Amino acid sequence: MSDARKQRAVDAVIVGFGWTGTILAKALTDAGLRVVALERGPARATSPDFEYPRIADELRYGVRGDLWQPLARETVTVRHTVNDAAVPYRKYGSFVLGNGVGGAGVHWNGQLWRASPEDLKFRSHIEERYGKAFIPKDMTIQDYPVSFEELEPHFDHFEKVCGVSGTAGNLRGQLQPGGNPFEGPRSDEFPTPPLPPIEAARRFEKAATELGYKSFPQPSAMPGAAYTNPYGVRLGPCNLCGFCERFGCFLYSKASPQTTILPLLVGRSNFELRTGSYVTKILQDKGGQRATGVLYNDESGQECEQPAELVILSAFQLHNVRLLLLSGIGTPYDPATGAGLVGKNYAYQMCSLTAAYFGEEVQINPFIGAGAAGMRVIDEFNSDHHDHSNLGFIGGSLIYAGATGGRPIEQMMLPPDVPHWGAAWKAGIRKHYRHSAPVSTQGAVMSYRDAYLSLDPTYTDAYGLPLLRMTFDWHENEYRMAAYSVAKVQEIVRQMKPEKQATLLARPGDHYDTRFYQSTHMTGGAIIGSHPRNSVINRYSQSWDLPNLFIYGASAFPQNIGYNPTGLLAGLAYFSAQELKSSYLKSPGPLVSA
Amino acid sequence: MDRRRFILAGGPAFALTSLAASGCHQRTLPKEASYSPSFFRPVEWAFINAAVARLIPAEGAGPGALEARVPEFIDRQMELPYGHGAYFYLKGPFLTNIAPTLGYQLRYTPREIYRLGIEDANTTARQLYGRDFPSLAASDQDQFLGAMEKGGLSFSRVPSAVFFAQLLANTKEGYFADPLYGGNRNMVAWRWIGFPGARADFTDWIDRPGRPYPYGPVSIGGRS
Repeated sequence: MSDARKQRAVDAVIVGFGWTGTILAKALTDAGLRVVALERGPARATSPDFEYPRIADELRYGVRGDLWQPLARETVTVRHTVNDAAVPYRKYGSFVLGNGVGGAGVHWNGQLWRASPEDLKFRSHIEERYGKAFIPKDMTIQDYPVSFEELEPHFDHFEKVCGVSGTAGNLRGQLQPGGNPFEGPRSDEFPTPPLPPIEAARRFEKAATELGYKSFPQPSAMPGAAYTNPYGVRLGPCNLCGFCERFGCFLYSKASPQTTILPLLVGRSNFELRTGSYVTKILQDKGGQRATGVLYNDESGQECEQPAELVILSAFQLHNVRLLLLSGIGTPYDPATGAGLVGKNYAYQMCSLTAAYFGEEVQINPFIGAGAAGMRVIDEFNSDHHDHSNLGFIGGSLIYAGATGGRPIEQMMLPPDVPHWGAAWKAGIRKHYRHSAPVSTQGAVMSYRDAYLSLDPTYTDAYGLPLLRMTFDWHENEYRMAAYSVAKVQEIVRQMKPEKQATLLARPGDHYDTRFYQSTHMTGGAIIGSHPRNSVINRYSQSWDLPNLFIYGASAFPQNIGYNPTGLLAGLAYFSAQELKSSYLKSPGPLVSA
Repeated sequence: MDRRRFILAGGPAFALTSLAASGCHQRTLPKEASYSPSFFRPVEWAFINAAVARLIPAEGAGPGALEARVPEFIDRQMELPYGHGAYFYLKGPFLTNIAPTLGYQLRYTPREIYRLGIEDANTTARQLYGRDFPSLAASDQDQFLGAMEKGGLSFSRVPSAVFFAQLLANTKEGYFADPLYGGNRNMVAWRWIGFPGARADFTDWIDRPGRPYPYGPVSIGGRS
């Protein structure tokens, strides 16, 4: 560290420049602070980085993953149990990590959800409704120390920042036709109207309605009409281009930090963004009482120290946890004793895909549809929206229909009787490509005593620092939860009257398989809670250990939800930013007394 | 666009209308020079051409891998960072007997997988049939590839199933990727399945779900 170049001290340093980093950069520069943001990936802007037609390149972005974190430099190791050897995640499969300005907010699908009210008090809700014994002993779920009502204004604000399209289901307590009847009361309508359903979603909606379910438009962070957000930044309507998830949006339509907030920050004299800056450590004072800044390697490889009064940790969930562990902040979680908190409660999602195979007279046009746009959803079997008394599990799944694109290398859905190669494969792709509709589930994985994150003892990154190690496998609760949701999906798909259907789903006994894409909605490891005994951060996302360190992102989630995480993590960030401005900046110190 | 090739390839008839709709004029492509591989040596090139011709054969309707120029695609990929393993974490130690669900755990780059895999495949073919893989009858080649896929052939370095998976993945990439990478020649694979390629604008179709999409593909390079 003695060789580190010392940079001029600033009021706040931001580590990681995706959604939450951008949200905090705006809030803190609004308050007049001098802010430096460090992003380890490259600068990225709609033009020229996402320009048409170069962006419409499935091989480059969808398969090779040019927007993702280069695994050659840093990855994670994975093992199923504490008794196994962990090995590196050497190639992309199960999840894809963002990189560069905008982070995963560039290549997401724009499925923007709020949490259900009960998701935020999940343990007490389940105990109240089903009794304490209903929660398995090894399940370590807990409540958020903040309520839906407290977060609602911030959910609402973020939806307006993104120009989210959708139909309200519960407006100030009044159920609304065409929306999600299970959502918590919202203070306002969605800022833009929903996009019409794409063909797969239209057929799903019809079948689901016939079976008595309430189908509604997927809330989508791509406006349904031309839109100007509260910051004066303009977004265009989505054209269903088919190159959304895994791609940057060439149309200024999909909400990303670039298309919603960043234009405001550019040119602010109290803001500086340094790309290619790889943070390796959060620095503390001698007594371990406060953070003093961060250590990072700049673009040229020079080690630098950035002193700051306030440290904002807003990297991806996995990286937040790794940086805490590398920095020796807090106590690492130990699954043997249950002691320690950093790395605790890693969770994931269990997803399934059911394909409806129609005859060649039915035109699904799978290439028309981009990310969340034009999808339809039912929410009956998510969260605790239905009675679990006799089901033997807790939690649930979203059920949604619609293609996020129909890109042929990644998204060709073939029935199991079509071989993987040869003349019959060639005939099969022709027969099924344009005539198959996907219906998916995305289910919550609970947190468990044996699922956690720690530093790997063997493998290192490009700088020789330990990789993060993930210890994770499925549990009985999730096999049951997913099987239950999938049975409902299969019933709906039958009602869609395809020639046949087939399902991809983890079955009891299957281990977590890192080879195939499932979800990038990884949660926990630096969880939010009511007391330093049960959490790493308090309700304002402030570290219990170092009061001038704030940690944002899905690392805060005590357990996962069936929804996509961006709405909830943005809500928590805005809730925190408000408290920072109204209270912390006037009188820095712990915002919650332990 | 080469209309004769397109009709023989059996592409969707609606694509013809796209010429008028997009204002493109029919043109004759210059006669192409045959491709000289950069990475693959002659024996390896023969293997690649023979193997992809079985993975996506010419027989039946629709373009085969050779017509789509898949071998050229794979060769060009080998010279890119991808071929050199730049996209993978390749630091050791490399543990064996790891659950397959934890993914690829070998030290080899794609270039090495091909080099070692082809050598072992030809050695094994000579042991079983007395000839290199490219000289086998098509039915024997299919059987051989099927055995590789199941990991049923004992290769000395790269397991046969790993080599097969690499080959099949790159073959499908070369079949479906934008023509700028050297495969999917004349967008034959896109025409075959009815994927409109890099059009990326369905504004006119948002309120017409379920109607047949009338336009043929365009590539990033602007070909239609």
